Parts: sequence; C-alpha cells; structure tokens
Amino acid sequence: MAQQLTAKEPTAEQIADQRIYTQFGVTDYEYELICGFLGRKPNYTEIGVFSVMWSEHCSYKNSKPILKKFPVTGPRVLMGPGEGAGIVDIGDNQAVVFKIESHNHPSAVEPYQGAATGVGGIIRDIFSMGARPVAMLNSLRFGNLENERVKYLFENVVSGIAGYGNCIGIPTVAGEVMFDESYEGNPLVNAMCVGLIDHDKIQRGVAKGVGNTVFYVGPATGRDGIHGATFASVELSEESEEKRTAVQVGDPFMEKLVMEATLELINSGIVLGIQDMGAAGLTCSSAEMASKAGNGLELYLDEVPQRETGMTPYEMMLSESQERMLFVVEPRHEEQAREIFERWGVICAKVGKVTDDGRLRLFHQGEEVANMPVKALVDECPVYNKPSAEPAYFRESASVDTADFAEITDLTSALEKVLASPTVASKEWVYNQYDYMVRTSTAVQPGSDAAVVTIRGTRKALAMTTDCNGRYVYLDPEMGGRIAVAEAARNIVCSGAEPLAITDNLNFGNPEKPEVFWQLEKAADGMSEACVALGAPVIGGNVSLYNENAKGAIYPTPVIGMVGLVHDTDHITTQGFKSEGDIIILVGETKAEFGGSELQYVMNGAASGRPPAIDLANEKKVLDALLGAIQQGLVASAHDLSEGGIAVALAESCISGGVGASVALTSELRPDHLLFSESQSRVLLSSKPEKAVALQAWLSEQGVVNAVIGEVKGSGLSINVNGKSGINAPVKQLEKVWKDAIPCLMK
Amino acid sequence: MKFAVLVFPGSNCDIDCYKAVEDTIGQPVDYVWHTATDLSAYDAILVPGGFSYGDYLRCGAIARFADVMSEVKKAAEQGKFILGICNGFQILTEAGLLPGALIRNTGLKFRCHATQLEVVNNGTAFTNQYSQGEIINIPIAHGEGNYFCDDATLAQLKANNQIVFRYAGDTNPNGSLENIAGICNERGNVVGMMPHPERAIDQLLGSEDGKRMFTSILNAWREQNGAAVNS
Repeated sequence: MAQQLTAKEPTAEQIADQRIYTQFGVTDYEYELICGFLGRKPNYTEIGVFSVMWSEHCSYKNSKPILKKFPVTGPRVLMGPGEGAGIVDIGDNQAVVFKIESHNHPSAVEPYQGAATGVGGIIRDIFSMGARPVAMLNSLRFGNLENERVKYLFENVVSGIAGYGNCIGIPTVAGEVMFDESYEGNPLVNAMCVGLIDHDKIQRGVAKGVGNTVFYVGPATGRDGIHGATFASVELSEESEEKRTAVQVGDPFMEKLVMEATLELINSGIVLGIQDMGAAGLTCSSAEMASKAGNGLELYLDEVPQRETGMTPYEMMLSESQERMLFVVEPRHEEQAREIFERWGVICAKVGKVTDDGRLRLFHQGEEVANMPVKALVDECPVYNKPSAEPAYFRESASVDTADFAEITDLTSALEKVLASPTVASKEWVYNQYDYMVRTSTAVQPGSDAAVVTIRGTRKALAMTTDCNGRYVYLDPEMGGRIAVAEAARNIVCSGAEPLAITDNLNFGNPEKPEVFWQLEKAADGMSEACVALGAPVIGGNVSLYNENAKGAIYPTPVIGMVGLVHDTDHITTQGFKSEGDIIILVGETKAEFGGSELQYVMNGAASGRPPAIDLANEKKVLDALLGAIQQGLVASAHDLSEGGIAVALAESCISGGVGASVALTSELRPDHLLFSESQSRVLLSSKPEKAVALQAWLSEQGVVNAVIGEVKGSGLSINVNGKSGINAPVKQLEKVWKDAIPCLMK
Repeated sequence: MKFAVLVFPGSNCDIDCYKAVEDTIGQPVDYVWHTATDLSAYDAILVPGGFSYGDYLRCGAIARFADVMSEVKKAAEQGKFILGICNGFQILTEAGLLPGALIRNTGLKFRCHATQLEVVNNGTAFTNQYSQGEIINIPIAHGEGNYFCDDATLAQLKANNQIVFRYAGDTNPNGSLENIAGICNERGNVVGMMPHPERAIDQLLGSEDGKRMFTSILNAWREQNGAAVNS
C-alpha cells in the first residue's frame, strides 16, 4: 500500500507538464517563481509545501496590503501581529494575550468538528505563547433560522463549541450570534481565546540556536485535514461536501493534556521557541519558526509519530491533525522535556534539529525528499494588489431614504416582533450549553454587554466582547467598519472597563471580485480610523476570504474581538436595572437612521440604504465620560444601544434586572422612528436617585448630550412619546417573547 | 485539617476546589495526582469536576480504575470525609462508593446555569451549617447529571436519609429521579452532588451559598476530633 501510494505521486516533470500545481491553487506565475527559488522543478512534496505556505490562509497574499492599514502599536502593546497572538500590558508584570480565528469552511461542511477544532486551534495559539487561557468567546453567523439546514448547522456548531470548551475547562463567557440570509450555506464561526501571562514568561515561535533539538508533541499524525489551508482559500461549492476529509477531528481531552504539559514545560524555563501546528500543520510551524530565527531546519519524517501506516512525506507535512505542537530546546534539556510530557501521557518525539543553512530539509527512509529555502516559503510569496471597484448597489442605495416606511402605530407589537427576531432574542439557548463558570472567575456572565473575568489576587478584571453588524458593513463598509470597533468599545466601557486593544477577523467574500476587494479596503479604513480615534490598536487577527455561496458573497463581516481592563472590581457594571426608583438617563442623540437596522430586516427581510452615521470624536467623548462616571460610582446600570434601538435596550435592561420602567420621551421624530432607530454613540444608564444629579452634571460638563427619560418602577415597561402612550407591556410578557424565540425555532 | 484535591487527566475543577478550600476555610490543601498510593495524610478528599480521561466512555468509567481510587475507598472505610462534585460524583458512583448512576440529561444537552437546591438532610458532615429545608443557590454545569437508581436503592436512600440535596420546586434541570441533586453513603461520610458548591463562594460571581459546605466539613472534623484539635 505504501509503495502504491508513493508510486502514485507524479514526478516533478509530470507536475510541470500537466500543470498539476494548479489543483493546489498555485498559478503559473507562482509556479515559475517557485522553480526560480529552487533552481529546479519542485517535486510533489515540495509543491505541496509551497502551495499551503503560499495559500491566502498562510501567506495573506491578497490581504497584506489591507492589513498594513491597521494601527498596531500603542503604549501598552507588548506584542503586535505576527506571533501566535498579540499581548497587551495590564500592569503588575501581568499581560493579557488574545486572538480570534475563523473556522468557517470546515463548519459549513462538518459543523460539530469544524467548530470544535476552531476552538482547539485558537486555544493552542494562546498557550503556545506561554499564557494560561482564561476565557473563550465566539462570533457566529447563520442564515435564516426558519431553514432546516441552518438549524442543523446552528445546533451542531454550538454543540461543537460546547463540546470542546467544556471538556478542556476554559469558560466560554461571551459571544454574539446573528442570523441573515446572506450567511446561508456559508456560516461564520469565529472563536476567540483570552489568556493571562507574566511578562517574563512570554514565548516566541522561533527555532533558535544551531544544533538545537526540535521536538514534536501531541497525538500522532494522520491523514486528516490534508490541504485544510488550501480548502479555506477557495469558495465553497457542491464539491466542498467531498472535501470533508479536509476537516479535522478534535480531541479536547488530548489538548487539555498538551496544554498542561506545555505550560509546565514553559514554566521550567528550558524552551527556546514554541509554536502550535495549526493551518498547514508541520509545514507552517517548522518553516515559520526557522524563518523567524533566520535559521534552517532539518526534519526526520520517520520519527514523526504516525497514526496510519504508509504515510508519505507529502501527507505528513500537510496533515492538519489536531492538538500538536513543535518546540525547540538545547540538547542538554531533552530528557527534562521528555519527562514532563511522559508524566502527562503525551507523545513527545525528537523530529529534527536547527541548522544554519536557511533551508527546510526533509528526510524520509534514508533519503532527502525535499530541500527548500525557508525565506522563499515564508516571505517570498507574491503579494497581490487586487483591483478594487465600488459596487453598483453602493451608488444606488445612496438615495434610499431608510426612514420612509409607513408609520408603525402598534409599537408594543413591533417591539415584540423585534425581540423575537433571532438576532435580538435571548441567546440563553446557546450559552447555557457552554460552561461559562469553570475557573470561578466569571463576574459578568453571558447576556450582558461584555463579559467580565476577574484576575485572582488582584482587584483588576478583564472585560471582553465580540461585535460586528455585517449589514451596516455591507451597506457602507467604511462606516460599518467604524461602527464595529466603536460598538465593541461601547460594550467594554458599559461594563466598567477601559478599552485596551482589538483582534479582528476579516470574514469576506472572494477577493478576486473587485467589489469584494473594495469592501475589504473600505472596511479596513473605517476600522483603522476607529482604532486610532478610540485608542485601541489591532494586536492580531485572522483573515477568512472566499466566503461565498451560490447567491454570492456573504455580508462583509469584520468581527472585532475587544478586551478591556477593569481597574477595580467595584467598577464592574451590568445592563440590568437595579432598584425601583433609580433614574434612567439616555446618553446621545437619536436621528431617524434605519439602514441595516433590525426593524428594517424584520419588516423588509433585507438591508438597504445607508447605515447609521458615526462621529468618532463624539464617540470617544461619550466613552470617556461614561467610564469616568462609572469609576466615580455614579452609574447603577449601563447598556449600549444597538439592534432595535431605545425600545430594545429598555426592554433588555428591564428583563435583566427583573423590574419595570416608566419612561417618557419627547422628540420631533415620529414615535416609531424614535423608538427603533439605531443611531450610534448612545447608551442607556440608570443611577441611584441621590446620584443622578451628579451624573447628569458630569455628563454635561464633558459635553455629552444626555436626558433623564424615566425611572425604574413596577413590573411593566411603559414608554410614552410626546405625552402619548407608545409601548405598554408587562416585563414578564416581553421576557417570554425574547426568551422563547430561539428555543421555539429549534424544537 | 488537611484536604486533598484529586487530579485525574482531564480534571478541570481541581483549581476551583483548591481555591475554595483556601478562600472559605483557609485550611491546608494539596493537589494529589491520580497515581498517588497513599492518602493517609489527608482528612478530607475532594474529587473535582471535569472530564476525566475525556469522558469519551461513560463518565467516570475509566477514572475509577486510577491508582488513587483504592486509597479513596480505604479513606471512605476509615470514615474520612469525601466529597465528589459533578464528574467527581460520577466517579464515586462508578467506583461503587455511592449508589446509582448519572445518565444523560433529559434534554440531551449540556446545561450550565444557576439552580435552586433544597437542603434535604442537614445532618451530614457536609451540610451541618445549613437549615433543614433551606433553599440555596448553587450552579450546575453538566451533560450527564440525570441521577438514576432502581426502586430498591431509592427506597434505601429514603429510609437512610441519604438524599442530601434536591432541585427545588419544579426546577429539575436534567430529569433526575425525584429531583435528586446530591446523595451520601449510609455512613454519611461520602457525599456526591452534581451542582458546584465551589463555584458559589463569592457574591461577585453570583452566590456564596456554597461556602457553608466547606465550613460544615471543618466543623464536623473539629467535632469529631474534639478537644484534641486547636486549629
């Protein structure tokens, strides 16, 4: 069998003559470059290795010009993009490490394992930096939940995230789930992990020191996930179903052991460099580690633990079997390293050594089977500046008046409709499947603006959130990009934290389409502006392109994962109203802005027009004033106004607090416009009566528009507009509508 | 009083149990590896939650064969205090230290949320600081916490007052027989429960109703050891 498989491999000549490289996504131009770097034609193993290293997933060849736009430095940034994850200083020799990553295509064909291994992969990125993972988040997008296939994907993605995260014992504390036809057939599954580290424990993925030993740890390599990175870099099609073997199978128990052993190894101080085997497995980890050190690497493939017989060098190098790591130690520390992994029952094999020739050389059955310059693999992939073109829809939608719809008179039933929309409805059905409490540090549980995780032994805590409204980004990528970052920051500040930095996951369609590339460029511009304005640099992230289905590209969805620092646990603030008699204050101005709003979607089933506008200078002013107010102890509850506007925010603050509210609004706007508009930079606050005056004075002093709109009272939500009854319903009734929506659809 | 927190491959509430002992009663506590063959130094043994050996088989079915389990049995016979939480409860039933079994939740889903428990028996070493019938707020997080046993065992549990906790009112989250959330052995020195008292020791995290489980154990040990103990 082994011979047969090997014999089947085409020769270097056949690869050239039959243009076999095109099957791996390598273009004629790239093939010529590769031949130039090698000084000869690549053999089958070599073209395989080049093709994954030069895939979009590993090389960012299409997105590099975009990523350059992001601000990546700041006074607190200890490590920006480029390593497994970014790192931000939080004082006291401590730092927070975090990153987000997508597993969209695997989840589209095998939702449970696709999602589970997405979680596993991002956790490895965090602990390979030497950090202890302390929390997980996710950001999910699905089609319309009425659709049976969508239900299947939703059910199994959630189950896969739960299965992996619960078993490994890292709490899944926050996330977001949105539903829109645009994601049908191409769901988005983005997972984020947050870890804590002491400054002196920070690791890098470098193969340091010529002659040092390269160890492989984790389960044996199988044939699963071969060409996963390439699979992630093409559009999904009917044939994608046949690529199920490109989806890996996760083993969270194994990862738990690898994680504990790795952290113990790192604590022992003997590790010189370490990197997880993620996309493109052994290929990517070995090439990147050698490249960062300016060294070469020899790998002895017969020593690679193998789960199946007769594996070829090509298969071993391209396998994406999960839960594997590569690390480098000095030869004198080999035994010490082995003992740690043996104690945890994890395979540990010496598979190579660091060399000084700058080449990745692979040996198998006594022969050299590949010999490639490391620099060419990692750094020389051509970068493409794709053509960009403003799409027709963008020009056409400029003239759409998003507020021009028949006036809604039954405002209570409109609120109930929006509350029952799966995007707005309670996600309890989702997060009750996640263990969000393990490690006993979760101070704010899922369901508030941002989760808060305490840091043992300090009065500090971390706030964290994921955010993006893809409809806004579709309608105006630049504005939508700004809003995504601003909304994340607003959620962080509402929880009582100072925004630190973001990680981003750019989920877009096929960048070879000029309209898609235009979306990517504009969204990155908007995100960058917001990052600069709000003082939250990008410390790392992930790009997932080619997210398309039969109907075209998904809504451009640059998901923002943001982490903030709560300076004192006394500042932790939640969205629920606290006690009867508390004064309710609305911060910010409301205009009739409905492009991409939840109301528009519920009524029309589609997004049109321009999204709400955002003024970043004003946003910054609001956030600074709010954080100051919270830190002075003036705020009892804070809730960001987002999908569904004032009406939904009031309902959610009542439901979370288990109390009612009596609100009176005055405005020149139509009542339905006022209640459901999604104007930006608005926040709903409540305050103890004795502190409300000071709060208002503080906000006004900071130049922030604010108004007392009512008080926390009774068990019903009553909203009057211009003296007339607008919304009137028992909170219990609203809660039922909001909580039952998803479970009913999933029955 | 000295505590052991067992660590199996895949345990993940070991840290939480360790912290809970430190934070609630400040007694000495050690992590004890699954390969340990001597527990004589410990007065109480906590079998923590998690996914021992991945729980790819029946939960706890492999952990019961770990070297340390014969020592746990010995400690139970000696009357030492043993508390199994979540996966720890599953392991204790698999090991035969507690009757019955934990099967999949009726909803077939993992469930994590706060639950209301009724203290059915406050006469145990683990519950003496609660009042009889008190309703306490302790969270759950499990996929297989549906307690089941045959009629004869159930009759015995009732006759011996071995049901320690029930899910209060109509809040049974997993289909457990007679709303059972926690039980003890006949002698009362071994308790197993699905809810996590170690997650309910700080109001900042939602509840501190679990604290008194730890103070109960310390109290019981002090009474047992009488005047000989001054700590």
